[in-house]
Parts: sequence; structure tokens; C-alpha cells
Amino acid sequence: MDDTLVAKVTAHPKYQELKARRTRLGIWLTIAMLIVYYGFILLVAFNKPLLASRIGEGVMTLGMPLGLGVIVFTVVITAIYVQRANSEFDRLSDEVNKAVLK
Amino acid sequence: MSSPIKYALPLAAAIGAAAAVAAGADLGQAQKQATNWTAIAMFGIFVAFTLWITKWAAAKTKSAADFYTAGGGITGFQNGLAIAGDYMSAASFLGISAAVMASGFDGLIYSIGFLVGWPVVTFLLAERLRNLGKFTFADVAAFRFSQTPVRLFAASGTLVVVAFYLIAQMVGAGQLIKLLFGLDYMYAVVIVGVLMMVYVLFGGMTATTWVQIIKAIMLLGGATFMAFMVMMQFGFSPEAMFAKAVEIKTGLAAKGGKDAATAAKEGFSIMGPGGFVKDPISAISFGMALMFGTAGLPHILMRFFTVPNAKEARKSVLWATTWIGYFYILTFIIGFGAIVFVLTNPGFLDAKGGLLGGSNMAAVHLANAVGGNVFLGFISAVAFATILAVVAGLTLSGASAVSHDLYGTVIKKGKADSKDELRVSRITTIALGIVAVVLGIAFEKQNIAFMVSLAFAIAASANFPVLLMSVLWKGCTTKGAVIGGFLGLISSVVLTVVSPAVWEATLGNPKGSAWFPYTSPALFSMTIGFVGIWLFSILDGSKRGSEDKAGFLAQQVRSETGIGAAGASGH
Repeated sequence: MDDTLVAKVTAHPKYQELKARRTRLGIWLTIAMLIVYYGFILLVAFNKPLLASRIGEGVMTLGMPLGLGVIVFTVVITAIYVQRANSEFDRLSDEVNKAVLK
Repeated sequence: MSSPIKYALPLAAAIGAAAAVAAGADLGQAQKQATNWTAIAMFGIFVAFTLWITKWAAAKTKSAADFYTAGGGITGFQNGLAIAGDYMSAASFLGISAAVMASGFDGLIYSIGFLVGWPVVTFLLAERLRNLGKFTFADVAAFRFSQTPVRLFAASGTLVVVAFYLIAQMVGAGQLIKLLFGLDYMYAVVIVGVLMMVYVLFGGMTATTWVQIIKAIMLLGGATFMAFMVMMQFGFSPEAMFAKAVEIKTGLAAKGGKDAATAAKEGFSIMGPGGFVKDPISAISFGMALMFGTAGLPHILMRFFTVPNAKEARKSVLWATTWIGYFYILTFIIGFGAIVFVLTNPGFLDAKGGLLGGSNMAAVHLANAVGGNVFLGFISAVAFATILAVVAGLTLSGASAVSHDLYGTVIKKGKADSKDELRVSRITTIALGIVAVVLGIAFEKQNIAFMVSLAFAIAASANFPVLLMSVLWKGCTTKGAVIGGFLGLISSVVLTVVSPAVWEATLGNPKGSAWFPYTSPALFSMTIGFVGIWLFSILDGSKRGSEDKAGFLAQQVRSETGIGAAGASGH
């Protein structure tokens, strides 16, 4: 890729917007994932009785829905990113590509 | 050992003590069973079908691009299934369901660890990899750097990870064939070695991808059926299933001579965390190895080059995450199903009350309980086919590191023609196949529990930091990436060797003599890797260093927009 093309892309306001939005979303979602996962692990490490406490009349414990919740959260948070990237980010990226490659 | 509970306890202890099942691939020593012709016949059908696909793929595999990436023509959905097929090992199917049967909730903690790396891959790497790379993750890591040193590092990182992962799979295959087919260990190692060579040699990435897709569909289909049959018994009520499992565990504990209160407590213990997490440092360190190791496994990263563009790369990782998450929920239900339908059936138990064939047979016996002998044969064949799909992906990734990174870039300086590169990758495939068979035989009696967790720790401490820093940090230089990467690689290996799992359990040194007390080195070795890259980059005042930094802008533009990215070859 030659320097004029790089300069043209980086000067494009939509490129700056794309870069900023993608980085921000990526970082926030990564932090959210880290909090949820290590939060769960720290509960396992430091508060086993809480996870083993019953939440109803039967044998169901708090840990079960929480653990399954982490699995569902993992899939959902991935879907959120992919959804936004495949619509919003790709649109921005297409606009930049069209503007600089014409 | 008078009851299954007692039998289960050593297993639970092992999970906590040495991240043993944590290895994901450890099937332990298995007892040889009676020859199971149904299973062998079903496996034969799978092999015949995949060989037919390999023949079809071979006709399409002409260039190096076809060999490494199936010409970039795989769709996001197909690639997602293939990634899932690459990632879900026989040991995670048999090992996790057995761990759930033994200790309930703890098995779940462990599957979660294997899943949470995927969003990180998605947010930070997937599309950037696709935009920057062509055949291997070294293409991305070395994008703006001096090629030779970074490729040497990346090829080392790839081959070391592949070697440990491969040995674990080969030994797992040998133990499995004794259990499932009732054949000798040696047969398994040779069958797996030969078949993986055939798939990769002739069919390259196209055949490997389809073997993984077929295996993923069979495994997900089989596991879905089992989970469905289990849930149906309880009117699809998780509460009813858990209640019955607790009741059975309590009964078994009482039969083992416990008084009523202790038995009730032991029975209920499957509903909450037990011995899995010993100390918080080990828990966090192990969690980091699983989470970031996923983002540094070369055979997984390589799959992102098989799709035509960034959009498909993102779709593939979403599909992969969905299937893998779904699979772990199924194994959880299967584990609880095994408590109810396997532990209560004397037909599946030996004289001492343990599972016939060993503790990892939970899912296999459950298959028999819910689907009869034919379904048992099917599940056995699927478990064995699973290993084939994983080793084919590993071999392809190792062969690419040698032919594309070492031969094509380091030796031929990027001027190797596609034919020569293809020839070198085929020779490497044969060499890797032979090495895998030899090591598989050599390690038959060894305790290899640590090998997969070691592979994850190395991937997290060497490959992942270099990849992440080269893609996202402008200040990263050749020197920083190579020195930091090797520091991460060496420290993760050394710390694993001096940890209790290897120093005491495998090398036989006295208990308490291990220098490194934790189950996983990742917390420390990842830090060493990242700090190494940062420190040697900022200290790097060389001319090459300033060229590296100057190249960042162009790399960033390509990684963000895909302008200039390698497209799909024309198929």
C-alpha cells in the first residue's frame, strides 16, 4: 500500500470515526467479558457458600443459573459485536473504500 | 472403593490438584474392552465418507492457497462449524461429562473457561487477522517487521504448541480405542497417523475443513439426542433432574457408610463449587491460560484465512461460539444424566462400583442407556472421529509453519514458487505424521495430563502477546516482539515443568518439591511476555525499530478497512 493511499485514508473523517468506534466497542465489550468471567471465578474462589445457596423450594442453587448465564452471556456479547460490526462498521468501511479507491 | 462416590472422589481431587482433567485431553489409562463391531463399522463408514471427500478435495487442491486456506472460499457458517469441530475434542466430550458426573457444578466452571476466549478473539483479532494475513498467523505478526526473526519466533511458537497438543491427542486416541472399540493402543496411533496424513496430504485445508464440519455435526447431533432423551425423562424440568441427581448421590453416599447428615451434604455438593479451585492465584492463572490461549492457538487462527473477507470471519467466530457454548450445555446435561441413568444401573458398574472401563466412560454408557447398542456404536465412532478432525487441523497448521514461514519466507525470502512451497508442506505433513505416531507410542504410559494446558499456556504467553501487540501497539518493534515472545514461550514451558503437575506427578519428584506452586503459569508467563515486548520495544533505538514503527499506520489502515487484503482465490 503506497503512502498517498494511506494518507488519503487516514485523512478521511469516516475512517477516523470507524477506527474510534470499533476500538471503543471492542475495548468495552472485552472489559465486560473480563468482569463477568473473572467475577464468576472470584466468586468460586472466595464465596463458595453463596454459589451453593438454594434459590427456591427445591435443590436449585444460585450457582447453576449464574454459570449457565456466563455461557449465554458469552454468546450474546459476541453476537452484539458481530451485529454492529457487520452493519455499522462495514458500512463506514465501504464508504471509506469507495471514497479513496475511486 | 465400595461406592461410585468414593470412586469419584479421587477424580474430583485430581481435577482440583493438578488441573488434570483441565488438560481437557487427558483420558488417563484405560482398560481394554471387548471388541465392539458396531462402533468399528460406524467408524469405517465415517472414514470411507471422509476419504471420498478427500478425493473430491484433492482435485481442487492445486495451489499453495488451496492447500493452506481452501482458496479462501469457505463461508462463515461452514467455517464456524469447522472451528467448533477443531475445538471440541474427544476429551472435552468424555472428560467434561465425566467430571460433571463426578462432581457436578465443578465441570461447568471448567467448560466456561474453554468458552470465554472466543469473544476476545472476536473483539480484538478475528477481522484484523483476516485483513492482514494470508496463510498463517505469522503473516500477521510479521506484517511490518523484519521477516526472518519474527517468522522464526512464530514458527517456534506454532510448532511447540502443535507438538504438545498433538501428543495429547495421539495418546488420547490410543486410550480411547481400547475403551470404545476394544482394539490395541498401537492400532489407534497408527490409524490416526495414517488417516490424518491422507486427509492433509491430498485434500489440504478443503478436506480438513470438511472432516471438521462432518465431525462437528455428528458430535452436536449425538450429544443433542442424548441431552434430549435425558431431559425428556424429567419432563424438561432442570429442577426435577437436579433433584433426582442429588437424591441418587445422597443414596450412594449413605450406602458407602456415611451417616444421614453427611450423606445429604455430599449429595447436595454437586450443586455448588467443590475442590476445583484450590487457591485464587491458580484459578485466575488457569482462567487466563484458557481465555487467552484460545486466541493464540495456531490451528484455530489459521481458520480465519479460509473465509473470503472480514464479514465472514466475524460470522464464523459467532457461529463457532454459539455451537461451542451449546455443546458445553449439552455435556452438562449429559453428565447429570449419567448420574441418574448410569450410576444406578449395575450393568455399567464393576464389582467395586466404579464405571466399567474407567471414569471417562460416563457419556459412552449413557449413550447405551438412552439409545441402545447401535447408538452406543455411533457415539463411540463419533468420539474417535473427533480426534481425527483435531489432529488433521494441527498437522496442517504445523506443516504451514514449516513450508510458508520457514521455507517460503526465511529460506527463500518470499520468492519460493507455489509448487515448491506445496511440496515442502507435503513432506512436512509426512514427517509430522511419523513424529506423531512415534511420540504417541513413546508417551503411552506417561502421565500427559499437563500437555493441553501447557499448549494453552504457551499460546497465551507467546503467540497471543506478540499478535496483539503487533496489531494494536504502534511502538512495538521487531526486537521487542521476538525477545518478548521468546521470553513468554520459555517462561511458560519452564514454569510448567517445575509445577506440581509435571515436577511431582510426571517426573516423580517428592511431593512438595515443586518450585512453582500454582497449577498454571499463565498469570506470570503472560506478564513476562507482555512486559518483555514492551520493554525491548521502547529500548530499541535501532534503524529497524524506527522502520517498524513507521510501518504501523499502513498496517492499521489495512487491518481496519481491508484495503489491500488478500482476497479469495478464484473458485
